[in-house]
Amino acid sequence: MHMANVSLSPSRRAWKRFRAHRLGFVSLVLFLILFVASLGSELISNDKPLIAKYNGQIYWPIIKNFPETHFGGDFETPTDYLDPFIRAQLAKEGNWAVYPINPYHHSTLNYFAKAPNPSPPTMDNWLGTDDRGRDVLARILYGFRVSVLFAFALTITGTLVGVATGAIQGFFVGKTDLAMQRFIEIWSAMPELYLLIIFSAVFDPSVTLLLVLLSLFGWMGLSDYVRAEFLRNRQLDYVRAARALGLSNWAIIWRHVLPNSMTPVVTFMPFRMSAAILALTSLDFLGLGVPPGTPSLGELLAQGKNNIDAWWISLSTFAVLVFTLLLLTFMGDALRDALDPRKVDVQP
Amino acid sequence: MNTLLQVQQLSVSFGQREVVHAIDFDIGKGEKVALVGESGSGKTISALSLLGLARGAQVKGQCLFDGQDLLRMNEPHLQGIRGSQIAMIFQEPMTALNPLFTIGEQIAELLQWKEGASRESAWQRAVELLNDTGIPEPRRRAHSYPHQLSGGQRQRAMIAMALACKPQLLLADEPTTALDVSVRGQILDLLDHLQQRHGMSVLLITHDLNMVRRFAHRVVVMDKGYVVEHGNVQDVLARPQHPYTQQLVDSIAKRHVPDRKSDAPLLIDAQKIQVTYPVPIAGWRGWFRKGQFVAVQCATFQIKKAHTLGVMGESGSGKSTLALAVLGLLQFEGQLQIKEKSWMHQTQTDLPLRRAVQVVFQDPFSSLSPRMTVEQLVGEGLRLHFPDLSLSQRQDSVLQALSEVGLDETQFPGLLARYPHEFSGGQRQRLAIARALVVSPEILVLDEPTSALDVTIQRQVIDLLQQLQFSKGLSYLLITHDVDVIRAMSHDVCVMKDGQVVESGDVDAVLGNPQQAYTRLLVSASSHNLA
Repeated sequence: MHMANVSLSPSRRAWKRFRAHRLGFVSLVLFLILFVASLGSELISNDKPLIAKYNGQIYWPIIKNFPETHFGGDFETPTDYLDPFIRAQLAKEGNWAVYPINPYHHSTLNYFAKAPNPSPPTMDNWLGTDDRGRDVLARILYGFRVSVLFAFALTITGTLVGVATGAIQGFFVGKTDLAMQRFIEIWSAMPELYLLIIFSAVFDPSVTLLLVLLSLFGWMGLSDYVRAEFLRNRQLDYVRAARALGLSNWAIIWRHVLPNSMTPVVTFMPFRMSAAILALTSLDFLGLGVPPGTPSLGELLAQGKNNIDAWWISLSTFAVLVFTLLLLTFMGDALRDALDPRKVDVQP
Repeated sequence: MNTLLQVQQLSVSFGQREVVHAIDFDIGKGEKVALVGESGSGKTISALSLLGLARGAQVKGQCLFDGQDLLRMNEPHLQGIRGSQIAMIFQEPMTALNPLFTIGEQIAELLQWKEGASRESAWQRAVELLNDTGIPEPRRRAHSYPHQLSGGQRQRAMIAMALACKPQLLLADEPTTALDVSVRGQILDLLDHLQQRHGMSVLLITHDLNMVRRFAHRVVVMDKGYVVEHGNVQDVLARPQHPYTQQLVDSIAKRHVPDRKSDAPLLIDAQKIQVTYPVPIAGWRGWFRKGQFVAVQCATFQIKKAHTLGVMGESGSGKSTLALAVLGLLQFEGQLQIKEKSWMHQTQTDLPLRRAVQVVFQDPFSSLSPRMTVEQLVGEGLRLHFPDLSLSQRQDSVLQALSEVGLDETQFPGLLARYPHEFSGGQRQRLAIARALVVSPEILVLDEPTSALDVTIQRQVIDLLQQLQFSKGLSYLLITHDVDVIRAMSHDVCVMKDGQVVESGDVDAVLGNPQQAYTRLLVSASSHNLA
């Protein structure tokens, strides 16, 4: 026992061990930076100026749409800020505009592009454009956000369902366990991909539908682990002591068994995240995923396959995928080490 | 006497932490030396480092075995010594034997490997060795897998394996700790017999002074990585010099119980308690019905206020099952009246009774949830049974209960916010007792309250329990295999064997003049009869 560890809870000690795992901790920091940055994609990559001054008046085009007539155009259509005429107007004496770093939204079709589509990386499009002339960098940025948010949602729903079913099975054992275990066996025998193909034919494809369908099948792996942890913990003496105190089953599960059964749940989270990202990417690649027009890494990969000469599409998407999955895997490794009960504490 | 093994200035460290500090001891040819100490005293790691088996440890010093320094020997050379000249037997034979091979194969393989014996002759020798260790029907038993043998037989098989190559030195690491009391004596006698027959030296690693008295010529006492005392067994145990040895010798608890009162109110009245478990039946019949295993049969007993009933028996005798039945954690048949009420097996209706009957379990490491603070652990019963208490009143009650078991803020600053992992085994057991006491129960079920603790700590915990019985008038249902604990604490005693109460009555009558052979066996294994 070290004095420095006095009154540190087991989870705080695990966090300390995680901090000491340099690769894992750096991965976490990098991942969080990328994630937060992608949350603000509209500010980083957009086809509207953040703020503009035109004829003495301040405009916030990023918040509100202004017709072209505001800036000296002829039509009542929304302004296309990539139009050289509008640019020239905004660059006149006394006028100015602050553009995002990458002046394209993921859906922007640049009608004024200098190169034919798909265009290799240029000074205008840093990672080139896809076969419809949309900026690859913008699509990767927005696609990363969709992937990570989707993965978060899928991980959370899968974890909640998995923990709940595993807990019920492991705690109440007997017939409950038997019945649910048989149900899981039957449920897991359903051909998941086949169902997805049928559903995507019947319903309009949407991210929500995809989330529901994948969640229906994603919880089973985790529930096995939680069940095993509950089976182990339920017969330990501290649970018996809690029963002898007169605690209800619910209180015993919530206060005693569950906190001591969370190790596999936490350890698997990064791996589940990376599996979810990969699942979404693969489905998009097959065209079964998100609705057309949604920025997605899988859709980019499919474009890369269709335009094999446009190496910049597949290469940059591939790099982003590999990097993201690597970060998640490193985090998972570090978490697993941090939660390993056999590891001794790190000296401060 | 010729010296066989001479250990000089042996130090073992893990990273920066030195766990064994420059110890010296020696073993003569044909001598039996006991290495005594508590868990964490460094006794096992010292023995392992002799054979180069201490993984990840830095070992310094000198260990001369027959004139050769074991610590400076290369690995192939050391491998030749292991097993053939120095053999080792371990505490838990179930994990030390390979579950995938029969014991005959495991012994024969060793002989083929070490001595180049042929298959047939190796098998023949294996059967002989098993016969020497007193395993009945050795020819048939050689074909048994480890799980098919009883604990005692497995340990005998381990001994046969260790002696296969006629080693000069046998390292026995707590060879009887995992076994039942009645088997311990037999294994010790066997070791003694084989030692004399082969004239080998034995280093017995143990925490049990009874074994030392019974077995060894000389004793080396270790504490916190230092050798604090060594010498002849009689001298050291009769006139211990070092305070630690004195504490160790003095660790058998003294009897200290409240006087019997014939008018004391009856708290527990159990009539013909029977507990059965369903067990699967082999074959197709098992598809349709389950067999029955009777864990406790017709147990009848009574406990009065401020009295202690000891339930004595070996593992598998049903004594812990009986404790769970009394706690209302198991379904059972028969009449059980606690303060003239019975368990209804419903959370709400049972609450008043739950408060009256509390429990302390054997293993303080598994009986405290590692993710709760001391305040949460001890205060849990208060939250449930006294929900009207304010936060500060609850904290006061928790501190009060902790001080009653000898834990307070001056020893442990920030006591309430600490987690169980910061406490030693004995302190954890005190926490478990505090958790039970905080709801002011009248009956405590003590399920092997001292078995998982070091001997000197056992004494302290028994002292505490005795003192609590006087100050609070508690009644105890004491479950243990240890006759010394029964002697120190009980008024009455029940002896259980295979689910049945074979003998019961006043503690002096039963232990002083046991009627059943089984009781005599248990009593003879206790220290009282050895000292």
